[in-house]
Amino acid sequence: MASVTYHKATRFYPGTERPAVAEFDLEIPDGELLVLVGPSGSGKSTALRMLAGLEPLDGGQIKIGDRDVSNVRPRDRDIAMVFQNYALYPQLTVAQNMGFALKQQKVPKEERRKRVEEAARILDLTPYLDRKPKNLSGGQRQRVAMGRAIVRSPQVFLMDEPLSNLDAKLRVQTRTELAELQERLGVTTVYVTHDQVEAMTMGHRVAVLKDGILQQCDTPQNLYHHPANAFVAGFIGSPAMNLVPITPADGAARLGGHRLGFGDAEGDIDLGAALTVGFRPEAARLGDDGPLEARIRTIEDLGSEVFVHLVVAHEGDDIQIVAKTASPFGGRNGDNVRVSLGGPVHVFGADGERVASTNATLA
Amino acid sequence: MSANERAVGEGVWTDRILGLVAWLVGFIYFFPILWLIINSTKDEVTANATPTLDYSPSLDRYREVTETSVGLLGAGEAFTNSAITSVVSTLIVLLLAIPAAYALAIYPVKKWRDALFFFISTKFLPLVASILPLWILARQFDLLNTRLVLIILYTAMNLPLAVWMLRSFFQEVPRELVEAAEIDGTSLIGVLRSVVIPIAAPGIAATGLLCLIFAWNEYFFAVQLNAADAQTVPIWVTTNISTRGNFIAKLSAASVLASIPVVIAGWVAQKRMIRGLAMGAIK
Repeated sequence: MASVTYHKATRFYPGTERPAVAEFDLEIPDGELLVLVGPSGSGKSTALRMLAGLEPLDGGQIKIGDRDVSNVRPRDRDIAMVFQNYALYPQLTVAQNMGFALKQQKVPKEERRKRVEEAARILDLTPYLDRKPKNLSGGQRQRVAMGRAIVRSPQVFLMDEPLSNLDAKLRVQTRTELAELQERLGVTTVYVTHDQVEAMTMGHRVAVLKDGILQQCDTPQNLYHHPANAFVAGFIGSPAMNLVPITPADGAARLGGHRLGFGDAEGDIDLGAALTVGFRPEAARLGDDGPLEARIRTIEDLGSEVFVHLVVAHEGDDIQIVAKTASPFGGRNGDNVRVSLGGPVHVFGADGERVASTNATLA
Repeated sequence: MSANERAVGEGVWTDRILGLVAWLVGFIYFFPILWLIINSTKDEVTANATPTLDYSPSLDRYREVTETSVGLLGAGEAFTNSAITSVVSTLIVLLLAIPAAYALAIYPVKKWRDALFFFISTKFLPLVASILPLWILARQFDLLNTRLVLIILYTAMNLPLAVWMLRSFFQEVPRELVEAAEIDGTSLIGVLRSVVIPIAAPGIAATGLLCLIFAWNEYFFAVQLNAADAQTVPIWVTTNISTRGNFIAKLSAASVLASIPVVIAGWVAQKRMIRGLAMGAIK
């Protein structure tokens, strides 16, 4: 087991202008489950494949432990990878699939059998050891792919969207099992997903990427409560944070015509330039006495909580915001409600970087 | 009758008519071969007379064409020569084409399009135009009337086709499998042996059988370069043509014998080929 370090790691795909991954800096301590998350084309898979040795580096270096592996072949990096489509060898049985890497390493047959059986026991695969992958269900195949990784006891696990081929229910269940398994084995794991819920629930830390550039790497709680910029703020959380562009006038920022007071953060905010103000659905309070007038567009009642999509007149336009409220909720589509702010508000500058977070007031 | 039932009924009739047409076309295609087989069981007189099915069939013509007479090319010798040249050239073709196709399919080398075009362009020149230099070269290297010259030429003849076919089969191998094997610790040769070849095996078999058939059927090189010795089956078939007397029944018997290995290989190749082409669907 070992730590993983990316140091200014860069990858250009031939014939493209922009790097797929640009000067990526990240330190993953031993035993951590780090999730790389981002929209498609953000470079998260490329970053993982660079660590695997499947993509060469065009700049910078990658270290596993103290060893610079930048120019080391995949097979000499002591890593194991779980692929999105599992990449099981179709002509081999489950046991042979799981023992394949050990066989390549010339591990004696008896020890190979022992380690495969041990992994099969952990993953509930013992009854299927003699089956071929085509005779397994999707969930079983996924577990075989996991088993193939764990029999090797590698320094690092690499997982490239390993749950995205499972149906929704199984995905949620496997998500928990996988996180528990990682905890138990204590192997440093780099996990790629485009699903921010998966990232938030599994990762010890989550690294958010966009356009090949690392936006922020922090614990799920910090990403949620202290996003570094407007992109992270909008990407993490479901439904997404309400992000409202504001052009301050007369030295004051106004939301739907009502003056926003930033309290003691007032001094940090440049009210002479355009801003973006962000607040989570739970910070938007519905009631009869709020300052802001809004109309209900749709209501998503999930049973335990209700998300109310609202339309608000703001700077001559209709904008949409989402408010979270408790169930049961009595409102109907088309009703007029009033909104107040009852939670932290994040202020992002013109460049998207966060300037301040404060309990703002709406007058 | 509801609209649904009518639609089902119409489907059955379309199927029946299409089936009938297929059988008819099949019979038209097969008829010359049937004719050949029937003729091979007649004697020369009946074979040359107005066609009739009212005769007593015998296998005497087969006995005649396979009898070895001194100074003439025997069937056994011709079949041995053909088997050796076809099998050996096919093995060499696969040995060379598998790495070539791998390089063009899995991690395409630079200018792979040019490489592929070069391979197929070697088939553009008419064989007749190349036979004189080939004959001179063969004579220079003392290869005339040897099996070796045919093995070399059949290898060259089938190699482009094999590379093209194998490349498309190899492209069907999921990329992640190759990467998984690389991470699991296999070398380049190991990836080829333990992942690519087992998965593409039906395609490799189909390619090999096709090369075997083409080499077995080849006549032009054989007759030009090996007229005196190391002759192959197509030449043996033509030795049954004589300038005196009737030879249709004997020639038919020889043709049927020459076709049997190809029919078997073709039948096997067809089954494998379909599996090979369906390979991409199995994941």
